[in-house]
Amino acid sequence: MAGYNVTIGIEVHCHLSTQAKMFCRCGTDYIGKEPNSLTCPVCLGIPGSLPVLNRKVLELALKAALALDCDILPRVVFHRKNYFYPDLPKGYQISQYDFPIGVNGIIRYEVGGLIREIRIKRVHTEEDAGKLVHQGEGFRFAQSGVDYNRSGIPLVEIVTEPDLTSPEEARECLMMLRTIVRYLEVSDGNMEEGSLRCDANISLSNTPGEMGVKVEVKNMNSFRSVYRALQFEVERQSSILRSNRPVIQETRHWDEMKNVTVAARGKEEAEDYRYFPDPDLLPMNISDALLTEIRASLTEMPLHRKERFMNDYELTGNEAEILVTNKNLADFFEECLKDFRKPRLVCNWVLTEILRYLNEEGQEINQSKLTPRMLAELLRLLEKKEISGTIAKNVLEDMFLTGSGPREIIARKGISFISNEKELEKIVREMIEKNPQSVADYLSGKEKAFNFLVGAVMKATRGQASPELVKTVLARELQAGG
Amino acid sequence: MNYEEFRDFRIADFHRLFRSGELTPSALTTAFLDRIRQTDDRLNAFLLVNEEEALREASELDHASLDDTLPSLFGIPVAVKDNICTRGIPTTCGSKILADFRPPYNATVVDRLRRSGAILLGKTNLDQFAMGSSTENSAFGPTRNPFDPERVSGGSSGGSAASVAAFQVPLALGSDTGGSVRQPAAFCGVVGLRPTYGRISRYGLISFASSLDQIGPIARNVEDAAILFEALSGEDRQDSTCAPYPPFSCREIPPAETVRNVTIGVPREYFTSGLEKPVADVIRHTLDRLDREGFRLQEISLPHTDYALEAYYIVAPAEASSNLARYGGVLYGYRSANVQGLLDLYCKTRSEGFGLEVKRRIMLGTYSLSSGYYDEFYLKGMQVRTLVRRDFEKAFEQCDVLLSPVTPGVPFRIGEKVVDPYQMYLTDVYTVPSAMAGIASLSLNCGYVEGLPVGMQVMTAPFREGVLFGFSRWLEAFLDLPTPWPGRFGREEAH
Repeated sequence: MAGYNVTIGIEVHCHLSTQAKMFCRCGTDYIGKEPNSLTCPVCLGIPGSLPVLNRKVLELALKAALALDCDILPRVVFHRKNYFYPDLPKGYQISQYDFPIGVNGIIRYEVGGLIREIRIKRVHTEEDAGKLVHQGEGFRFAQSGVDYNRSGIPLVEIVTEPDLTSPEEARECLMMLRTIVRYLEVSDGNMEEGSLRCDANISLSNTPGEMGVKVEVKNMNSFRSVYRALQFEVERQSSILRSNRPVIQETRHWDEMKNVTVAARGKEEAEDYRYFPDPDLLPMNISDALLTEIRASLTEMPLHRKERFMNDYELTGNEAEILVTNKNLADFFEECLKDFRKPRLVCNWVLTEILRYLNEEGQEINQSKLTPRMLAELLRLLEKKEISGTIAKNVLEDMFLTGSGPREIIARKGISFISNEKELEKIVREMIEKNPQSVADYLSGKEKAFNFLVGAVMKATRGQASPELVKTVLARELQAGG
Repeated sequence: MNYEEFRDFRIADFHRLFRSGELTPSALTTAFLDRIRQTDDRLNAFLLVNEEEALREASELDHASLDDTLPSLFGIPVAVKDNICTRGIPTTCGSKILADFRPPYNATVVDRLRRSGAILLGKTNLDQFAMGSSTENSAFGPTRNPFDPERVSGGSSGGSAASVAAFQVPLALGSDTGGSVRQPAAFCGVVGLRPTYGRISRYGLISFASSLDQIGPIARNVEDAAILFEALSGEDRQDSTCAPYPPFSCREIPPAETVRNVTIGVPREYFTSGLEKPVADVIRHTLDRLDREGFRLQEISLPHTDYALEAYYIVAPAEASSNLARYGGVLYGYRSANVQGLLDLYCKTRSEGFGLEVKRRIMLGTYSLSSGYYDEFYLKGMQVRTLVRRDFEKAFEQCDVLLSPVTPGVPFRIGEKVVDPYQMYLTDVYTVPSAMAGIASLSLNCGYVEGLPVGMQVMTAPFREGVLFGFSRWLEAFLDLPTPWPGRFGREEAH
């Protein structure tokens, strides 16, 4: 990056997790739905239809703004942003302009072990547009359709100040923003499904503290592409500057396949959106009561939680990071600790066995049948050595599949005797009787004979006994017998 | 059915005949359909006559059991301005761009009409997208004035006003943005109400200027207008601008004896040089009679009246330019053939689909909202609007009702003003300020000039429709003018 100062600001759009769209009652669960099946006169902009604000949108946006330490504006005014495009049914988008939900916030995140603070310029809401679907190839046969299922889905837009200084920072900041909106349950933050989208502004300059010519990069739909697109821009702009040519102020698209940014079709004039207050929606005042209520509903922020996990549970930074990044996982972990207070053991199981299973199945912990209580019970059995680690893993998988508790599974699989020492004693005695030679060898000091007897018992129990318990019982019985 | 016999009938009279069995909703509907058939070739008040469905609905009502409490509009045919959405029934806004548009839903007012037992008789002509003061801007030809077919019916609810005046229908709905109910009502000698902004849901009214548009009843007398208003008013969850206020009830109308206590304000600025003398004479004569009758008349001032019209022609087109952006040939309505690319689709569709006046206002509005001009125009317009509203607030501290002319002149000739938009705009000079202020205002016939009607405007403070109707009903009875019965059109000319 050869000496140039990089300045980056990002704009993040998140679909808010509401059941209904922003200004009508149509559903928002559009993934996999027939195009235009989730529409009504309002979100299609049919003449005569009028928007009515879904109150939940306001609550979620306020939650996000408060969590980002924004100043909340006392009055909500919706503006119309006018422009022509087929994905925009009304010919304008209902958005917020000079009265956003919140301004002057802060986001804290970690990069390279250091805490960074980035200023948030504004948090506002707007409705999403529809989606263009292009079919066919070539100029002559190409057809374009519009799917308005997404039109009217509420978005919260979070705009940072240009405080980011590298593509890596931008990526980390974006990841933290996603974690935060997920924590607040404001959005599912899913980039692949388009419910979290990011645009970035980037400029390079020679002089510290000064910004160069700003380029806007759009169409980045993963953390990786944000990072790579910005990296590409740093190199592209550096080489332009090195050769003493001017960087052009423009909007560029990230081409995921070719790994390059390309200039969007040039606009001859600056766009004029002709913002004005939407006369179909009256301004609203934000009451103190509502703010108090929403403040009370705020959850602990991820960075704070991470520190707490490290301090209270003695987890490593890495362990805590993995846990808190996925709020559901962290919640599962803490819930489990309520029944079984051994953070280290629980953490190990969550980060190895459970994560492995979830990854293999492509599941989220809260979608699985496994409950924290079930894991706590399993770990208790393991700790009391009633089952072996191998069996515990086996039982865990069964719990995921069936949702049954560990004891139930152990009973069903016929592992029940293992928890019953009397039963184990019986088998142990049987094996002692069947293998007099080995007993004699053991008693004469041959340690290997003991292992052989353990193996025999294990075999007799079809491997389902706890080796620890087998060893204890065997040693005791041999002693008693001898 | 003999129309002459029914010319002074009110809703209550039709209901009396229904109850006595002398008339059925079917017979009444058939009679009005006949009347439309005989007269509308000449008038062009209707864009669509909903004949089959109206007869079917009416015959269903024929079999209803008739007790004392009939729904308020039971069996009464109503015409609806063609910018109000009717499910499955074309709603054209008088434009080519929506010529084939059949809304997938009903406007709230249409549902409320049905709930009250009314029969939707048809859709009436209007200036395209309700922009105009003469119904000459309709893509489907002008509506003629029943009192003189060479003259305009007024606009933009010209079709609704003419249909009621010609007794093609006893009641109609119009919409009023700057005077579009009251001005044609005045030109056609009928009663037209612009309610307080927010009293009738706009859901399903195709927007012209959202902050000004209001649906309003048009009737042959004040009582019928009040009954129609009662059926339409009240909060609607589908319209955020609809006031959270209980629906109007006719019981709010004060009895005649208390009406004499009202203080009448007469705004000085409404009687200046723009007012044509014959109209001024009729109005002044009426005011004199009220004075002699013992009413307290008080001259008041609405100092920002001069600026109201200019501000209106900033604010309304600005909103219109945005509201009409959706007509781009993508989702519904007219689409130009043989276009190349997206920009061409928008440009050709809109160039071919919109009429001249609509285009003029879109351009005006786009300009005044554009960056660099917003503060100078739109924002200033809104500031003036606030000043106009304050004028009225102050006036209503001193008096209960304001009386003024509705229009500066009598109905003008077709073609006379269409060449000069500014002259056309001036016909709304007395109706625009109250629309900008969002107050309640009614037009009532108060006399004739050479056989052409002259309207009196009665205005009250917001949500005081009770007083408005009370005073207007008293005034109507006091003036005791014959119910409009223009006979100079259609086959009747032969008589």
